[in-house]
Amino acid sequence: MKQEVRLIQGNEAIAEGAIYAGSRFYAGYPITPSSEIMSECAKIMPKVGGIFIQMEDEIGSIAAVVGAALAGAKAFTATSGPGFSLMQENLGVAIAGEVPCVVVDVQRCGPSSGAATKPGQADVMQIRWGRHGDQSIIALCPSTVAECFLLTIQAFNFAEKFRTPVILATDEVVAHERQNFAIPAPGDIPVVNRKPPTVSPEKYRPFDAEEDGIAPLAVYGSEYVFHISSSMSGPDGVTNSKPDNIQWKVDQLNRKFEIHRNEIVLTKSYDTDDMDVLLIAYGATTGASRAAALEARKNGIKAGVLQLVTIWPFPDKEVEMLAKRVKSVMVVEMNYAGQVAGEVQKVIGSHVELKRFNKYNGQNISPRDILAAL
Amino acid sequence: MLQETGRKYLRSGVLPHMWCSGCGIGIMMGALLRSFEELEYKNKDIVVVTGIGCTGKLDDYVTTNALHGTHGRALAFATGIKAFKPDLKVVVLMGDGDCVTIGGNHFIHAARRNIDLTAIVVNNFNFGMTGGQASGTTSGGKITSTTLYGNPENDIDISALACVAGANYVARITPYHGWELKQYIKEGLMKKGFSLIEMISPCPTNYGKYNKMENPLQMLRWLKEKGVSSEDYARLGESEKDEYFVIGKLCDRDIPDFNTRYEEIRVRALSS
Ligand code: SF4
Repeated sequence: MKQEVRLIQGNEAIAEGAIYAGSRFYAGYPITPSSEIMSECAKIMPKVGGIFIQMEDEIGSIAAVVGAALAGAKAFTATSGPGFSLMQENLGVAIAGEVPCVVVDVQRCGPSSGAATKPGQADVMQIRWGRHGDQSIIALCPSTVAECFLLTIQAFNFAEKFRTPVILATDEVVAHERQNFAIPAPGDIPVVNRKPPTVSPEKYRPFDAEEDGIAPLAVYGSEYVFHISSSMSGPDGVTNSKPDNIQWKVDQLNRKFEIHRNEIVLTKSYDTDDMDVLLIAYGATTGASRAAALEARKNGIKAGVLQLVTIWPFPDKEVEMLAKRVKSVMVVEMNYAGQVAGEVQKVIGSHVELKRFNKYNGQNISPRDILAAL
Repeated sequence: MLQETGRKYLRSGVLPHMWCSGCGIGIMMGALLRSFEELEYKNKDIVVVTGIGCTGKLDDYVTTNALHGTHGRALAFATGIKAFKPDLKVVVLMGDGDCVTIGGNHFIHAARRNIDLTAIVVNNFNFGMTGGQASGTTSGGKITSTTLYGNPENDIDISALACVAGANYVARITPYHGWELKQYIKEGLMKKGFSLIEMISPCPTNYGKYNKMENPLQMLRWLKEKGVSSEDYARLGESEKDEYFVIGKLCDRDIPDFNTRYEEIRVRALSS
């Protein structure tokens, strides 16, 4: 069956992607520039047997998402910087409880209330380290409308497979740009569901990891009765602050990302075979970097682009491999500090020249900006 | 006649519990577990959701499903569970710190949304676990570890707030009134919509210590004396009213709950 091509924006594609992935629960609080995701869900969820609930704030939104996920939902919420800041504590509950869910952070220009309608990419470190305590997380960065759709499904698939919250980190540019897109037919894109328990209900413990490092997760209301806690707890989910248990718990929360690192880390490279200069981009800066690289080649500079589709866990091996082959690397991002550039620096050391291209005035980076910096 | 003990909802090997002698939380737990038994609830159908604090430790003791969340947010976690799986019996256990101090916004909106949860709030007028600091229910003038010379702020009436915010069922009682406590919990569990049982509770270790009621028995007597019916309360002089509180059922109505109304929304969405 031929699928209908529609002109849709990134935010709509995310809502559609979530429905496609099987999400039937959205809880959220309005905030620019993410609100279209919420209004799409308000429109669609009641029609597909799902729940849409407008919570009293972002703290409540992520809490409701965690609750619904434990009751069996593929649940998600969407927000932007200020709301994402509010979600951090309960995102920690999702991490400690290994609760699959998706949070969309449509990054805007900050700090604080900042410039609500303008883009930014300064949440990269908050996504990774915004919560207290030892923990890891997955974050994906779409750069087009199609990627908004596909990576939303990927985010749910990772969440379900690895029992973790996944952050879909977009930005105001990607959220609001409109492109033609045909929603794939059901079944065309694989959809992953969480691993159910295989032991008997009496033997079930919610944090007994199998060989792959992932513990099967039951749902509230099934024959499997279980306990999830934000407090340090044992394999049975009940409070346990003994040193050996704490060590086991923290290991389990982090190790699964190490075991499955190669499956989680996604990148795309463009024109990197014969390059002298490597541009590293993610989200909205990808398109401009690719255009700039093509233009640079016309001027005799052999430029290639590495797009970081996954930003956390950081694609260190992928960066290292390409950086080895060039004279200089330039990281293109919409923040002051060079949040990704810092990670790149850690990987490439001092052997290769690292240039940072940072724009943080609330305007998107243009190919001309990048060309001038090359 | 055999008395229900609630024993099968209590995890084995967990007694003695962590609460101080003379604390009301254990009495509430007993009443809750006996209510489950009398209503013949199955473990798998119950989710106990807690926040943080002395009351927030209660999930450690039960054999039902449980979710131990963050300080003040228990109602929001519970809202997600109930909205997605309306058949579950979702019980939210909080202290006054959880419920109306850090978590006041969730409390107002859970009642307004009239989501079918049963919230039990142990109100002992202070933060027990962290050392007896003032909470949103500490009355003006009272002494706590952070209001050593008297509280310059006023207190929130949890039950009155739930009534005006839209709860379907509100009752206030004390652990001295054991039979009524269980009765109200049962009624709350059976009521569709948001129900609140506020248990005014002794915390001899902290609140009692600062306010000349260190002896658990003194605190229990104080609760017995100060908790009065609404008729008796109305007869009190204005200056006396501050020292007393009304016990009994304060609100009981049958406004359709969130999930019932959401079903109507689904029908409308499908036909639009
Ligand atoms: S500190 Fe107070 S509230 Fe906490 S267990 Fe002791 S008596 Fe109960």
